[in-house]
Amino acid sequence: MANILEVQNLTKNYGDFPAVKGISFSIKEGEIFSLLGPNGAGKTTTISMLSTLYAPTSGNATIAGHSVTKQPMDVRNAIGVIPQDLALYEDLSARENLTFWGQMYGLSGASLKNRVEEVLGQIGLVDKAKDRIKTYSGGMKRRVNIGVGLLHKPKLLFMDEPTVGIDPQSRRAILDTVKDLNKQGMTVLYTTHYMEEAEELSDRVGIIDHGELIAIGTQKELTKQVGETETLILHIGENEDPEALVTAFKGIKDVLEANVVDHEISVITHSAKDVLASVVMKANERGIKIHSIDIREPNLEAVFLHLTGRALRD
Amino acid sequence: MLKTFLIGIKDVKLAFRDRAALIFMLLAPFLLTLGMGLVTGRFSGSGSSGISDIPVVIVNLDDGEMGQALVDIFNSEELAELVEPNLGTSPEAARRQVDEDEVAAAIIIPAGFTRSIIPQQEDFANGDSEVVKIEMYANPARPTSAGIIKSILDEFMSRIEEGSLSGQTSILQMVISGRITPEQAEAAGEEMGKHLQDAPEDDTLAITLNTSTADGEEIKFDVLAFLAPGMALMFLMYTVSYGGRSILTEKSQGTLPRLLVSPTNATQILGGKVFGIFLTGAAQMLILIGTTSLLFQLKWGDALGVIVLVLVAVFGATGWGMLITALARTPAQVGSIGSAIMLIFGILGGSFISLDQMPPLVQTISRITPNAWALDGFTTLALGGTLANLSTPITALLTMGSILFVVSVIVFGRKNLAQK
Repeated sequence: MANILEVQNLTKNYGDFPAVKGISFSIKEGEIFSLLGPNGAGKTTTISMLSTLYAPTSGNATIAGHSVTKQPMDVRNAIGVIPQDLALYEDLSARENLTFWGQMYGLSGASLKNRVEEVLGQIGLVDKAKDRIKTYSGGMKRRVNIGVGLLHKPKLLFMDEPTVGIDPQSRRAILDTVKDLNKQGMTVLYTTHYMEEAEELSDRVGIIDHGELIAIGTQKELTKQVGETETLILHIGENEDPEALVTAFKGIKDVLEANVVDHEISVITHSAKDVLASVVMKANERGIKIHSIDIREPNLEAVFLHLTGRALRD
Repeated sequence: MLKTFLIGIKDVKLAFRDRAALIFMLLAPFLLTLGMGLVTGRFSGSGSSGISDIPVVIVNLDDGEMGQALVDIFNSEELAELVEPNLGTSPEAARRQVDEDEVAAAIIIPAGFTRSIIPQQEDFANGDSEVVKIEMYANPARPTSAGIIKSILDEFMSRIEEGSLSGQTSILQMVISGRITPEQAEAAGEEMGKHLQDAPEDDTLAITLNTSTADGEEIKFDVLAFLAPGMALMFLMYTVSYGGRSILTEKSQGTLPRLLVSPTNATQILGGKVFGIFLTGAAQMLILIGTTSLLFQLKWGDALGVIVLVLVAVFGATGWGMLITALARTPAQVGSIGSAIMLIFGILGGSFISLDQMPPLVQTISRITPNAWALDGFTTLALGGTLANLSTPITALLTMGSILFVVSVIVFGRKNLAQK
């Protein structure tokens, strides 16, 4: 498969602050590629440059053979953008919104009308098409937001954290939509800070942190970087002090890393069963009650932790 | 071009679906017009125009009946509230009074005025029929008052011209037919002149504040013809700032960045937004004009003139809306600046108090507002003027709008429309 997107040393500075630091990667046609990173890592800035919204400070990218800096109109015709925040007219109905945005992508007449109805069916809102967006639930709005990006059947679809702040059911529907679109041949660049979404959707993942692309590859390739490790997740009471316990865990033989994430303690080790007894003992010594312990195989969270020393949600 | 149009139409649709905006755009000006109409007694039939005691100096150098007839009209009971005439003796002194802003206009009736209308026997014999014109020296600082004086004068002159023409024709026909001799023509003319002078008593020359349109339709100066455009223009400023605010609202709500990543360039987008503001403002004005015409039987005047004036007024106001938007950083800033400008321009532009009753400095400052120019135009139309009489306000509003657009585009050019 040919590359539909090629990024070369793309950089964006806001004044003295480097938001994106010379990242390079490519996406093949038909792939779902996820940019995984915590908030503020540079994901949205990267998508903004690739979608021609912001001019890069340096570097370049080509989409379907068109330079984002030199041929922005060609790039815009080739891409669909689903922004992180809802970008819809609340006082227009779903049908009116889709019609307007379709017109902005050059659709007109019968082809516009047909495509709007197709997309309404695709996002499951045919029955509510006449209602104004402001009467919709958050999940329904998200679906229209996605529908707008699909109207002109783009070659490459940018989805910038489309599941932030929505209910699990809508989230599930969006993830299924992404998979369906990909099955129909659409290439997707998906940004998220949810490791599970990247794991479920992606053919390949790029991990971005502080504006740098620190790892890229398939999930298998990335987890290999961590080595053969397992992660113990300890759930403790909210009144307990996890920091003291983390320090104690780091002193246990065979513990590679220990961190606190949302009052959960993650302990990375080569063998969970070898350190489990020591972990429980250390907690008992300090009078800290462990509510439960999960043992997890290596995943992208562990990769991020391994590469940055921080959890994705930090 | 098509996308510009589509963006504009979308904005009109959004504006007219916003209930709060509708209240300010349509309901508020309508209710204020209604309220002020009630206060001024317009609906009870005892209406005053809100303009009164217009100072005017009349210098009558004519020794005939016609000059005196004009003086009498200005001193008549019908115009007692509206005008405050003073008789002068020197044309130079009268003009000076205008220059010093003591009066709204000076009317100088030249010597021989009556004779130029009712020729004497020797005039027939000499073929001397020189037209002697009345001079009106208007105060440019008091355009509305001067316009009213001019309309009274125009009415008088049109009646005189009608009378003179028909009188001369009648006398000529009588001479030709042999009913009178050329020597009797003078006496016949004097008789007709007396009839014209006496006519007010039998209502044929009743000069009220009326003018005639080209097709002869009678138009009365109505208090609402001053109040309604004043209110409509004031709330037009709300509409243009609301429209301008929508640019920044779209920016913060993400629809503007989304437009910018579609195959639509920034010029099309900004052009569409401006077009939307313009269309919304024009629709607002035309709805208000239509409503007040239907419900209050208000005659706005020459239809073509009204339409053109609405369009140029909205153009000028849109320029201000764009400038406010270009200078502000947030939609809230546009809202607060826009509201302040709406009120300031409303007061300065004469929406509440006639500009003629304001100090000269305020009158000069008022010229930065589209309200003042447009209100001049609407007053002219209500007094029977036509599109041809609107060259000054139209030129001023077009110039104002053009300058403000250029400045706004320069300021917008320095801003990053994409940044949320």
